[in-house]
Amino acid sequence: MRIGLFVPCYVDAFEPEVGIATLELLERFGLDVEYPFDQTCCGQPMTNTGCHAEAAATEALFVRNFTGFDYVVTPSGSCAHQVREHLTAIPQTEEVKAVRERTFELVEFLHDILKVEAFPWAKFPHKVAYHSNCNALRGIHHAKPSELNKPAYSKPLDLLAKVPGVEVVKLARPDECCGFGGTFSVFEPAVSAKMGYDKVADQAQAGADYVVSADSSCLMHQKGCADRVGVPLKFIHIARILNGAAA
Amino acid sequence: MSAQDDLRVQDGASDRDGLIHPEIAKPADESARSQDGRRLDHAEATTKPLSAEPQAARAREPQPRGAKIRGDRPIDQAEAAERFLAAPLHQKAHDERLWDLRKKRDTAAFGIPEWEELRELASQIKAHTLSRLDEYLEQFEAQAKANGVHVHWAADGAAHNRIVHGILKDHGARSLIKSKSMLTEECGFRHYMATTGIEVIETDLGERIQQLDNEEPSHVVVPAVHKTRFDVAAVFAKTMGTDPENDDARYLAESQRMHTRPLILEADAGLTGCNFAIAETGTVVTCTNEGNADLSGNVPKLLIHSIGIEKLIPRIEHLGVFLRLLARSALGSPITQYTSHFRKPRPGTEMHMVLVDNGRSERLGMEEFWTSLKCIRCGACMNTCPVYRRSGGLSYGATYSGPIGLIIDPTFNKRKYSTLPFSSTMNGSCTNVCPVKINIHEQIFAWRKVLAEEHQIPLLKQGMMKAAGQVLSRPAAYRAAIGAADSALRALPRFAVYNPLNTWGKGREMPDVPRQSFHAWYKQNRMGKKNDMGKKDALR
Amino acid sequence: MSARETTLATIRKNRPAGDHPLPEIPLFAPLVGDDLVAEFGERLKRMGGRVADVVPGEDPFASVRERLETAKVIASTVPEITGNRDLARVALPRDLADVDVAVVRAVFGVAETGSVLFTQEQLQVNSVAYLAQHLVVLLDPADILDTIQTAYRRPDFAQASYAVLHTGPSATADIEGVLIHGAQGVRSLTVILLPRNSAEQ
Repeated sequence: MRIGLFVPCYVDAFEPEVGIATLELLERFGLDVEYPFDQTCCGQPMTNTGCHAEAAATEALFVRNFTGFDYVVTPSGSCAHQVREHLTAIPQTEEVKAVRERTFELVEFLHDILKVEAFPWAKFPHKVAYHSNCNALRGIHHAKPSELNKPAYSKPLDLLAKVPGVEVVKLARPDECCGFGGTFSVFEPAVSAKMGYDKVADQAQAGADYVVSADSSCLMHQKGCADRVGVPLKFIHIARILNGAAA
Repeated sequence: MSAQDDLRVQDGASDRDGLIHPEIAKPADESARSQDGRRLDHAEATTKPLSAEPQAARAREPQPRGAKIRGDRPIDQAEAAERFLAAPLHQKAHDERLWDLRKKRDTAAFGIPEWEELRELASQIKAHTLSRLDEYLEQFEAQAKANGVHVHWAADGAAHNRIVHGILKDHGARSLIKSKSMLTEECGFRHYMATTGIEVIETDLGERIQQLDNEEPSHVVVPAVHKTRFDVAAVFAKTMGTDPENDDARYLAESQRMHTRPLILEADAGLTGCNFAIAETGTVVTCTNEGNADLSGNVPKLLIHSIGIEKLIPRIEHLGVFLRLLARSALGSPITQYTSHFRKPRPGTEMHMVLVDNGRSERLGMEEFWTSLKCIRCGACMNTCPVYRRSGGLSYGATYSGPIGLIIDPTFNKRKYSTLPFSSTMNGSCTNVCPVKINIHEQIFAWRKVLAEEHQIPLLKQGMMKAAGQVLSRPAAYRAAIGAADSALRALPRFAVYNPLNTWGKGREMPDVPRQSFHAWYKQNRMGKKNDMGKKDALR
Repeated sequence: MSARETTLATIRKNRPAGDHPLPEIPLFAPLVGDDLVAEFGERLKRMGGRVADVVPGEDPFASVRERLETAKVIASTVPEITGNRDLARVALPRDLADVDVAVVRAVFGVAETGSVLFTQEQLQVNSVAYLAQHLVVLLDPADILDTIQTAYRRPDFAQASYAVLHTGPSATADIEGVLIHGAQGVRSLTVILLPRNSAEQ
């Protein structure tokens, strides 16, 4: 199975260890993982701002980089959602459609495609608050959102349950948006930051030591908020836990 | 079986009563109790006592006001939201109270196994009705006329106001009592009537508070939810002569009842909005908790119903779907205190129904946005919206605030409301709570595209996106921009968020900058040595 | 063109694409148990209403006797209680502003919500149900329906000039979410479970 690894721009720049953990984790399962060297971004910043024409060239580059793989895997629910649902600024050729259909976020890839049973190298003896990125939750259906009257499930918690030591704390507002929202975080900074303060307050009051998420963007925002208001939480991407990070 | 059964879960919320601002929990409980002594939380009441009481006695916090309106210039929602956030007592109480409504809604919805099926049915009934709206309107009109009702058609808000004014003039009416209606807000009815010499009296408590404070409603169901009891005490002291130092909610509500009752008794006419209009019977249905629509409808000898044309549903039977959804979505109650069905005038009185278009028939032709006409104005999308709860409804500077407002308001004025679809994180919880399954967050996304294409977004923003697109589509330019050296990486936060103004750092700390990017690490550790696990600890 | 013609023409021009059939509404299983009286009472109480069971051989109005005895003005539309305000002789609806207690019989009750239905027939003067300070409602236990869906399959709504479901008293929580009964309408609503033929017994 040939996997194309997509490392989102903010992971590339700020959290390279998440990219490394994703790469190593996929390799642990014997997969042939390639990192197309000319990759940049999925086009989400422009698309979410309404600027689809401005996203077209970036989307075309993404498709060029990731054509021909069996799967494209990325440690970001938000980017996977962009590619699958919103990569529409360019003509929808067979090639484009194939790349879009084959793009998976890491958790769903491990859960639904590889159907991983165990992570024998991993343990994480800590209290964690799990943060669902909204695109991961409602866009690509990582878990049942709290407001729907449907049977409960959660792919990320299924995976964390296979890691010895993890204890999950229940939040007062389990899947409230943390306020990152892509360019919302800079165009509406006051509300964005306040949502972040409230989020980290909820996580800390719930007794969490770590906040775990499948999206570095939310974590980066939450860490910035926690550091600003002095909330002593640590933030870690789920790829690192599943790859055996000690803490 | 789910593997989560093995997961250790610790309840980290119930010991603080599910609050993220436990400091606004109020020890004294004033809410009404049931016959057997249990605390009640029906209607729009909270499930637990919450108050914006300041810690220091009488250290009152002035009420933050809404968005600044400057003609057709785009509303600066972010600016108004920032002022709301600068009033922490107001903001915390607002946030917790509306989140409480969202939780009440969840509890009520989860009590019904067929909830999601009901949402789907309601959505389909509305889609069907809208797809044949002309036929259903004609049927409704014919039935209403057969019932002895005078039916009027208003092309827009101004026509609605002229028609209602004309009816009132014909009857020599000097005062009008009305119940809450978002449609009349949309038409600017109260402002128009202020020029006519006919007194308009709002009879919903929240709406009355807003009227007396000369402010628009901030929420479609709880119009004064952004105000504290202290704000209400100040408004009532000024306008009704109540004791300014007495901020007891019962005292304030009772004072208003005593003050409004004579106005109700003396009114020459009554006006209500409409929750549902039934085509097969010509019935107007209103749902209220105070009984004020029934007072407006049953005391004066002249009754007017203002009806948005999208309120039609085909049959009485369909109320069995919508009524099960409406109050549960809005309040978490199985039903409102009063569900009233007005069909024929009382003997010796006149009943008028005004069917208002005001842009609805045009919206029907907007392929991506017509389903917003399904809205039944329950407010659930506002209660769940994390941006709305932190901003206050008045920050939107529009009749409809919150998620539904973001997708409706631009249909009224694309320039003035061009900024609103950006006041969202597009998290999607609004779509999931919507009882008629409007894809609200997808329409917000679609509006952004329309507004960008029509150059209704700021040049700065569009220019930044153009620049970002140019860099991100050229690997070499991208690599040059983010660089490989530490010094270049230090400039990254600004680049990563495509923003030259560094608004990131205003409320948040900058992320730590790693020694090298993933790209650089890969080049150093993996190029030409594929699947070499030896370098895995390079960064640790 | 008139506003009517313009609106209808625009609607016809803008008819949404696609097929949007009117769905069949299935009859959902009631969410209430078989004891409709108990279910009705429990839900009514959660909505702020009061409910009085009638013990055979005892005063059916025991729970509201004090209220009736201290009331200056009672308007009754039921044979079980004789009031002192004749609704047939009321000139204007507002003349009922001084009523302390109104007594009316409900067409039916709904267990799912704790609601009772009135039409202009039961109320005689509609405003009495809102201007009175307190409302006493007689409801035959045999007239309790299971669900709202069942209620809306009854013919009453299409036939009445005015039909209204009351679920508890007038309520507001517009000030800081504090629940207060008697916002604009009645301060209390008490349902007395009394069979229809009780006056003749």
